[in-house]
Amino acid sequence: MGKKVYITGIGMISSLGFNVEENLDSLLARKSGIGEIVYLDTLHKGKLPAAEVKASNDDLSGLLGLEKKRYLSRTAILGMMAAKEAYDMAGLRPGDGFKTGLLSATSVGGIDKSEDFYKRYLKAPDEVSNLELVVSHDCGDSTERIADYLQIRDFITTISTACSSSANSILQAARMIKAGYLDRAVAGGTDVLTRYTLNGFNALKILDEKWCRPFDQTRTGLNLGEGAAFLVLESEEAVLKRNKTPLAELKGYGNANDAYHATTSSPDGFGAQKSMEIALKIGGLEPGQIDYINAHGTATPNNDLSEGTAIKSVFRDYLPIFSSTKSYTGHTLAAAGAIEAVISILSLKNKVLFPNLNFGQAIEELNITPLLEIKNAPEIHTILSNSFGFGGNCSSVIFSNKM
Amino acid sequence: MPVFINSIAAISPQDTLNPEAFLEEVTYQEGYSMLCQEPNFRDFIDPKYLRRMSRIVKIGVCASKVCLKNEEEGFNPDAILVGTGLGCLEDTEKFLSAIYEHEEQISSPTQFMQSTHNTVASQIAIMLGCKNYNFTYVHRGFSFESALLDATLQFAESEKETTNILVGALDEVTDTYLDVTRKLKFWKPNLQGQDFQFNSAWDHMQAGEGAAFFLLSDLQKEETFAEFKGVEMIYKPADSAEVKQKILDFLERTGLQPHDMDLILTGRNGSSSNDEIFDEVHHDIFKDKAQANFKHLCGEYKTASSFGFWLGAKILKNQKVPASVLLSDKSPNKIKHLLIYNNYSNINHSLVLLSHVE
Repeated sequence: MGKKVYITGIGMISSLGFNVEENLDSLLARKSGIGEIVYLDTLHKGKLPAAEVKASNDDLSGLLGLEKKRYLSRTAILGMMAAKEAYDMAGLRPGDGFKTGLLSATSVGGIDKSEDFYKRYLKAPDEVSNLELVVSHDCGDSTERIADYLQIRDFITTISTACSSSANSILQAARMIKAGYLDRAVAGGTDVLTRYTLNGFNALKILDEKWCRPFDQTRTGLNLGEGAAFLVLESEEAVLKRNKTPLAELKGYGNANDAYHATTSSPDGFGAQKSMEIALKIGGLEPGQIDYINAHGTATPNNDLSEGTAIKSVFRDYLPIFSSTKSYTGHTLAAAGAIEAVISILSLKNKVLFPNLNFGQAIEELNITPLLEIKNAPEIHTILSNSFGFGGNCSSVIFSNKM
Repeated sequence: MPVFINSIAAISPQDTLNPEAFLEEVTYQEGYSMLCQEPNFRDFIDPKYLRRMSRIVKIGVCASKVCLKNEEEGFNPDAILVGTGLGCLEDTEKFLSAIYEHEEQISSPTQFMQSTHNTVASQIAIMLGCKNYNFTYVHRGFSFESALLDATLQFAESEKETTNILVGALDEVTDTYLDVTRKLKFWKPNLQGQDFQFNSAWDHMQAGEGAAFFLLSDLQKEETFAEFKGVEMIYKPADSAEVKQKILDFLERTGLQPHDMDLILTGRNGSSSNDEIFDEVHHDIFKDKAQANFKHLCGEYKTASSFGFWLGAKILKNQKVPASVLLSDKSPNKIKHLLIYNNYSNINHSLVLLSHVE
């Protein structure tokens, strides 16, 4: 259907590693990034596990060759690292004659900095020395810093649809390329662990004090993670002109709303079902052509039951291999869609599927078992990745190596 | 394919919810900010929803309800697209306070749940039972514009006979936001008294807020306000020459020339560093064209251009430029094409072209 959109670069930083290669190594070694909190200053340290990027802001700034700046949000730093990796892998250069955009997603923006500011502000509202910490509060800040770092100026925007955000930046980039607004786009998302989200999810009582167990009967919640991932999406014309061999094709994408509840998914998973069905339709694919699903699989009681039900509704008698890699990366919120897109592309490229860690027994109502071991999959061609968020925002994207 | 603005609604520091009024009487507020004139929300929103909503959620949801008031029960737009620069600040601040007051032991997640940037787009979807495409853009002075651009893509992609898209924007002023931005010296609170007369020499800059929603459709109706012909964003232009060139390119893509414009609607905010470019663009491209401005009536905020969009649509429908917004000596007799040129922080420049429909 219509024009083709290819992936020519990927970049990722997460608790599993600082770049794509390190992430792949951890995935292959079944090494989860979830552990005790080290870098975030929180009273939940030692009690709630999380999947942190294993470095301080100063160290990460050093890796980027940036000056240490107190106001520079971790969100921007992680975003710059992953976007730069994708940009370089695709061989992009500023001013090389292609109309290039940046579509980034974040849910916390610079709250990592403004929550430090606010803590002081509550005690000493007239202390002005901390004001500089607020300038990166809004979600657009990290995007503009990434854009400036990569010298992208043709188009920039930021998307925030909770935990589906970066799946949406990928699909919006594809739509803009198909419509001819852009030749190519760097699209993805970045989110960091904050006291704000840690306490928010804790108040919602959906954090597990142990390692999260997606699609397991005994699951009680998620583990928060942090990270960033970006993809370079490119039009067929640009790929041909630049003589690039793509990593994958973005076949389909779907966006729908569950319209059920502010933070709870509907029991039948209608929004999830609709986003998967739209993605299949746009991709011109039958359910039977999906070889693997990288599930949203947060390990909350609500999500996994709702998503599992939706998957069963879409795929009926045929259930593709599926797993939730959040058992490795934790739930990276707005970055999750892009992180799981990169993992999906790694699966297509390396012909290997990554398992769902920590699984013991199937959810009674569903009776479906995710992939439990690393699987070599020479015949893997088409992968669907789900991302769902608060506010009922549901998105699905489909990647293929049949180009 | 032409795209029409079939319904508009704005809650702003002015009396914009009243369909009979059109800025004949305007209100100025002294101090650092201009706050919304709030309606009685109970007249518009079911109390069972209203109870948990923060002020900006009420304002946003209410504006969307007014925008859709003529639609039949069960109407669902094909997409809900919302822009917000700062999202739901009040609930963000409340939840942050709770974190520190209760030493990270919080029992109520309500404010956390309502503080996500997509809260209003989601609330609208839940109230309408609308399971269609749903998006929230959060990029500074491009938030509303990104939603508009998404709408143009929706119309181009749609295979339906008639497509309807709900597009809107919202941002709020809170006490903390005002206190912090005041200390950062964002504003010029020079306005004193109510006898201010707007002219090109105005010299005050205030924080503003508001929500505006629009129903866009490819079906022209009797109540259509205007045609929405396109949107363009310019990020960190190298110099004013780049802005001018991009304005010319944008007009050309829509098949028009500078001389076709009947009114330039600008987002001057009262600070000279921000406003110089408007003078230069006017002098070099639109010299003899009438000018009007909108930010002196709504204040400066990241989605203020949505108030400009509301004003532009209403000007085209009424074929009249209110004296309270006019910068030129004379109002044009006939207004066929109108260009909205906004600029946020001299970083996010945006253009929107609207045209009159017969």
